Amino acid sequence: MNRYPLWKYLLLLVVLGLGITYALPNIYAPDPAVQVSGYSADLKVDERALKQIEKALTDANIAYKSAVLEESGSALVRLTALDDQLKAQKAIEDRFGVLKRKNEGDKYIVALNSAQTTPQWLRDLGASPMNLGLDLAGGVHFVLEVDTPKAVTDRLLDSEDVVKKAIREARIFDVKVSIEKGVLTVQAPTEEAQLQLSNILRDELPRMQRKSSTENGQFMIRAKLAEDAIHEIEDHAVSQNLTTLRNRVNELGVAEPLVQRLGRNRIIVELPGVQDTARAKKVIGKTANLEFRLEAKPDAGFAQREKFSHRQEDMQAMTGGSYLERRPIITGESVTNATRGFDPETSQPQVNISLDADGGAAMHRATRSNVGRRLGVLFIEYRPSTRKVKEADGTIRTVVDTIPMKNIISLATVQSALGREFRTTGLSEAEAGELALLLRAGALAAPMVFVEERTIGPSLGKENIELGVKSIKLGMILVVIIMLLYYRVFGIAANIALAFNVALIAAIMSPFATLTLPGLAGIVLTVGMAVDANVLIFSRIKEELKAGMPPQSAISAGFDRAFTTILDANITTLIVALILFGIGSGPIKGFAVTLSIGILTSMFTAIVVTRAVVNLIYGGRQVKKLSI
Amino acid sequence: MSDLKVVNFMGYARIAAIASVIFIVVSIGALAVKGLSLGLDFTGGTSIELEYAQAPNLEKVRSELVGAGYPSAVVVAYGADTDIMVRIQGDAANLAEEISAVLNNGQHDVTIKQSSFIGPQIGEELRDDGGLGMLFALAVVMVYVALRFQFKFSVGAVAALVHDVIVVLGVFAILGLDFDLTVLAAILAVIGYSLNDTIVVYDRVRENFRIVRDMDVPGIINYSLTQTLGRTLMTSGTTIVVLLALFFVGGEMIHNFATALLIGVCVGTYSSIYVASAILLWMKVTHEDLMPPKVEVEGEEFDDLEGIEGQERPPF
Repeated sequence: MNRYPLWKYLLLLVVLGLGITYALPNIYAPDPAVQVSGYSADLKVDERALKQIEKALTDANIAYKSAVLEESGSALVRLTALDDQLKAQKAIEDRFGVLKRKNEGDKYIVALNSAQTTPQWLRDLGASPMNLGLDLAGGVHFVLEVDTPKAVTDRLLDSEDVVKKAIREARIFDVKVSIEKGVLTVQAPTEEAQLQLSNILRDELPRMQRKSSTENGQFMIRAKLAEDAIHEIEDHAVSQNLTTLRNRVNELGVAEPLVQRLGRNRIIVELPGVQDTARAKKVIGKTANLEFRLEAKPDAGFAQREKFSHRQEDMQAMTGGSYLERRPIITGESVTNATRGFDPETSQPQVNISLDADGGAAMHRATRSNVGRRLGVLFIEYRPSTRKVKEADGTIRTVVDTIPMKNIISLATVQSALGREFRTTGLSEAEAGELALLLRAGALAAPMVFVEERTIGPSLGKENIELGVKSIKLGMILVVIIMLLYYRVFGIAANIALAFNVALIAAIMSPFATLTLPGLAGIVLTVGMAVDANVLIFSRIKEELKAGMPPQSAISAGFDRAFTTILDANITTLIVALILFGIGSGPIKGFAVTLSIGILTSMFTAIVVTRAVVNLIYGGRQVKKLSI
Repeated sequence: MSDLKVVNFMGYARIAAIASVIFIVVSIGALAVKGLSLGLDFTGGTSIELEYAQAPNLEKVRSELVGAGYPSAVVVAYGADTDIMVRIQGDAANLAEEISAVLNNGQHDVTIKQSSFIGPQIGEELRDDGGLGMLFALAVVMVYVALRFQFKFSVGAVAALVHDVIVVLGVFAILGLDFDLTVLAAILAVIGYSLNDTIVVYDRVRENFRIVRDMDVPGIINYSLTQTLGRTLMTSGTTIVVLLALFFVGGEMIHNFATALLIGVCVGTYSSIYVASAILLWMKVTHEDLMPPKVEVEGEEFDDLEGIEGQERPPF
């Protein structure tokens, strides 16, 4: 009696082995590190730059474990001491500052990072340590709110322009067009004009709902955006802002940034390891960076033309840069959308570009008399440029300027007069995707405001981890002692299950969940509550023994009868944890996740693992007395 | 059954009921008069935790801030004596940097340990979501218990949870502790914990209603409570032990979280006995309420079960 078949033990061993393997990376403390990466994706850190990095560190007397180039094109320097991190960052930045030419933006971003020290064989198995939340790693957390009503109003104003233009072209007079509270009202002089206008509205603004009426002898048409059209505008505004933010955040060179949509109109930005909030906010909040300019005529004077390099390296190598007119036709603020698509006839990739009404009009004016010339698109990145300034009193001060870096991303021949919607062809599929992304990256679809901001210093993060781990250890030791004293041999079984439980929680959390401070508290709480299932089982066994049942049957009955109770109790707790997950944000979600995982693993370990250990000790033999 | 040392829990039900009513009235009174001291998460505003090289003089810091044009700034000691916390209402996102610039403008060596800015609208939303989440949790629990047990049981369980939540909130109001998001999480965890406790007791009550025939209702409840008392004390004990570990070494940021859970676990243990079970008695739960839909009775006899000496648990 009370014996598990061999396969059950083997299965348990496998689960235990997997649990320990995947929990293992968490015991290797990460190295403090600095990561050096290029400002744009095509700017890679090369051997020469790496030599400079090493030299900078040696000159500054900073010990480092290794400095290697990574596949992503960045360099990773592992340091020996955490205190050296800031010093190393400064030394490397200064070195590159000395090397660069005048009026050139900083080429490289030097970011603080931590490098995992998990052995290669574990990494080959896909095991990695848990991601630390901001409260444990230090860094900044922003929540931005997208002003979606503004995007909707903009679209409405746009529609008004379109309608006015169509009315002028149709030569209908005495028409009043106005917008009030999201409703576009058109007032016509005659019934005939009303019908005509209604048709114009139908053709020009297919997404709007129209209603004609006669009020006090006035012929009115009221039009408003359909609910799903509003949703679409809002969605588009938020997702475009999201893309823009991602691009901007990349400029900060943060190791693992998070840019994520939150609810209907908010965006979360988390930047672990960033300390300079002011700079982060500046980069995130910066504005438009696209310009459309015609290619300069060959005979244009110096005052009218300006030379720019191409962003694509092959184009740059071929042409050595191109001359554009000095005056931009429109800037990125006019671009409302840009998507990659395919020509319906030739199936060639193309980029569809949409402009707002003003932009469309300006584009039309500029291109109608210039068919056959080429139109260039300039992409402008703002890069910080560090320089040293000598003050009057002799002290040297570091000044960071932001200088615009302008590159041509597209130069295409104008085939016909362009308007609000036009397309660019002659690109490869990948180029079309990249161009659409860059065009969208230019401007924000709607303004954003910071509604939440949290900064956690690195020392506090470290302190939080230390305290959290300390309380887990202390809590666990106390629980283990209590269980041993109270349940003796069965206590040993429960304690083995408890250790197994913590390993399983760590193993399950490592690949996907982020550990936060409340998450740590959740693990501590789980340790306290996990023994509950064992306590239920053991008290049941004790009862059965007192009721006169023989030891082996008492073990069996105890486990069986306690099961429904354990199930009921844990399911209700799980319900609460899931609700917590649903309503909570950030840290609270972390707590809910650990609590839920803890409930599930503790049910498994308390029932199956404890039973296995008890069976190993008592199973299949004559037992007179249980040590419980 | 005669030689069972069943603790007469329900004999004290009346006293406990009076005590519970007093707790609740005092708690609601405190909430109404003093109110919860809502943390930054719910009110919106800016808070900055700063670390000085040497322990600062709070009065001086205050006057520096007032001098710099922040008359509404609240300065309090926080954690170690070199740490201070500055709180300011208002919705400007740059306050944290401005404040640290002001305080750094002297011979002090001040570093920002953490800073938070919460827009007033977010605070309001979190408040609403938190309240809604709590009500939703209670509703779902009520349905689940009604399905798994019976309607009278779900009333008892939910009453116990409401009791626990109100008392924890009341203690926070009375002590003037900061009520922030982590405390809200703790309260939801208390709901989970207390429910766990109540379900274990109910499970036993249900079982005994089905197999014990020669006892009246208070007798069965007492008998069930006595049987589960050992487990209740043991689990509360281990949970309280780890919570104490969190409370004492977990650090400033989860101090209030641990406090709320500690209060909650104690109150939750009490309420599973004297609120959840007592309500069963008052709602006149009968054998018929629990006639099993499926028969799983094995007719066990619990002859000489030795009750654990019942000691009355103080409510706090």
